[in-house]
Amino acid sequence: MSILVNKDTKVIVQGLTGKTGTFHTEQALAYYGTKMVAGVHPKKGGESWTSGVDAAASLPIFASVGEAKEATGADASVIYVPPAGAGAAIIEAIEAEVPLIVCITEGIPVADMVKVKARLEKSKSRLLGPNCPGVLTPEECKIGIMPGSIFKKGSVGVVSRSGTLTYEAVFQTSNAGLGQTTAVGIGGDPVKGTEFIDILEMFLADDATKSIIMIGEIGGSAEEEAAQFLKDEAKKGRSKPMAGFIAGRTAPPGRTMGHAGAVISGGKGGAEDKIAAMEEAGIRVSPSPAKLGETLLEVLKG
Amino acid sequence: MNIHEYQAKEVLKAYGAPVAKGVAIFSADEAEAAAKQLPGPLWVVKSQIHAGGRGKGKFKELGPDAKGGVRLAFSLDEVKSHAAEMLGNTLVTKQTGAAGKVVNRLYIEDGADIERELYLSILVDRTVGRPAFVVSTEGGMDIEAVAEETPEKIHTLPIDPDTGVTEADAAKLCDALELTGVAREDGMTLFPILHKAFVEKDMSLLEVNPLIVMKDGRLRVLDAKVSFDGNALFRHPEIVELRDITEEDEKEIEASKYDLAYVALEGDIGCMVNGAGLAMATMDIIKLYGAEPANFLDVGGGASKEKVTAAFKIITSDPNVKGILVNIFGGIMRCDVIAEGVLAAVKEVGLQVPLVVRLEGTNVELGKKIISESGLNVIAADDLDDAAQKIVKAVKEAA
Repeated sequence: MSILVNKDTKVIVQGLTGKTGTFHTEQALAYYGTKMVAGVHPKKGGESWTSGVDAAASLPIFASVGEAKEATGADASVIYVPPAGAGAAIIEAIEAEVPLIVCITEGIPVADMVKVKARLEKSKSRLLGPNCPGVLTPEECKIGIMPGSIFKKGSVGVVSRSGTLTYEAVFQTSNAGLGQTTAVGIGGDPVKGTEFIDILEMFLADDATKSIIMIGEIGGSAEEEAAQFLKDEAKKGRSKPMAGFIAGRTAPPGRTMGHAGAVISGGKGGAEDKIAAMEEAGIRVSPSPAKLGETLLEVLKG
Repeated sequence: MNIHEYQAKEVLKAYGAPVAKGVAIFSADEAEAAAKQLPGPLWVVKSQIHAGGRGKGKFKELGPDAKGGVRLAFSLDEVKSHAAEMLGNTLVTKQTGAAGKVVNRLYIEDGADIERELYLSILVDRTVGRPAFVVSTEGGMDIEAVAEETPEKIHTLPIDPDTGVTEADAAKLCDALELTGVAREDGMTLFPILHKAFVEKDMSLLEVNPLIVMKDGRLRVLDAKVSFDGNALFRHPEIVELRDITEEDEKEIEASKYDLAYVALEGDIGCMVNGAGLAMATMDIIKLYGAEPANFLDVGGGASKEKVTAAFKIITSDPNVKGILVNIFGGIMRCDVIAEGVLAAVKEVGLQVPLVVRLEGTNVELGKKIISESGLNVIAADDLDDAAQKIVKAVKEAA
């Protein structure tokens, strides 16, 4: 099994016709035939998109998410729309009741995400991101920008606030022979659709997921909240072996480290507090981002 | 993006917030004329730098007994002498670091009769994804200390984006700040105004410390610190004009031109990485192997060759840099683009220090081929661990 996406997931693309959307849609189609079913562009409805690497691969373009969903029965939408319009693109997908919305776009104004969040709470949609690498279930479905070549079907669930550190965790668990059930990037923005707790709950419930890697970073308190959730679940007898990492031990306070959400402010959100909370919840936190796979293997050996 | 106190007050005043009369000056010659525009008999001379703790801060050039960065003046002559002493000197506060910041601007403000000092701020509460007021009756002091020692005196109130500040919300804030009479009437008007300014101007922080109740019972914004969401500046050209680049690091200004996330640090190993998390983790692993990073640099997703070249040049322009680690795990970023950008930069500016390159992910083989066929003296690394050890070792050997 897996979480969120599998071989049957049908995906539409908002922002397909741009350079980034085109490149990553080509990559997704090439990844075990991920079911990319349509694109959306308000002015190009009725036209079609053709892959630059495989002329046989062509997708219809619809003028709205609603039309695309109705025509294709899509379960998911991936968004590559530039920042100024990305908030509105997410809201369009929420209003079209797309079950899973994955927003890759980085740099969306926080105020736009506050509006998105208010609508999301009243909807049935789940949003991953923004500012995230997407979600990938090995050999089945790739939504977003993760490099498919580093994945291997297996037993580790990966969840991370950072895109590139997701790749490290995936690469290292592949090299360790463990492989992944699903890897999920929840994104580096302060206001986002899905938090660690949501994904950890899914991994705990997924039989195929035998262990979990969780990667956090400085800023906010999502890691502490996740640690508390894991402690509470463990008391009910639900737990899985876990390794983790927190990025930003050397980050100076008060400076935003690339991700809008990665900032130690008012003495809060520092790495050491997060590491302590995670270790208290039974997660083995690796001091080195290069030893995630190794650390998980040690945990599994007991 | 940060702005100065006097600019923040102008922004808030335009929304109808009560602020004192004041005049910003750039040279001591302007001090008397500025003060004469205000009623007196009390003036406040305030250093304008992008850092807090100004009142308790000390001027480097003036010795430990001199007055701080915010001074009271009881005569025009005193305004003049303070201005002459403060402008051009370096103010060190607990937020500036030991280097301090040169005071290039002063704000001369009308003094106020203070009855009570309160704390108020608005920021986005990440746990609920909404702007929230944070208020306390313990104003005028370090709010972090209040949070540490008496957390029960801090009240947080998230605001529903669909309704804005309701009457019930404003009343709750008045209660939390123990406002009565005229001050309460002022509060009921002020809180919605501040929230409106926060939302409309895409602020990331609006801090009023202190918000004062004056002897006549009225409320006044005595100090104001405002930061804006850098991602929303495209829709606020009027705010971009308030930017004071003398407050920023030169390399950071250069990086911002290319839309690169760069933070200058104090170590000697320059890093160029894609992704904020991996960039932080690269700094962490350099430290783990006993060296210090010279910077945080995220080239971002989908960077062009030109952007990578600019990034490389910014790193090499830092005289502290004794070695460079390029660490790329390509997803949206393609390894061949990185490789070409690095080569172009090296051709342009040369390479005086050891360079370790670790490439993985999208188009990795092509990227590695470009580097290896370039004939450049580049140390290739297999993984992050290997890369960190190699650059630390190379820098030590070169020293």
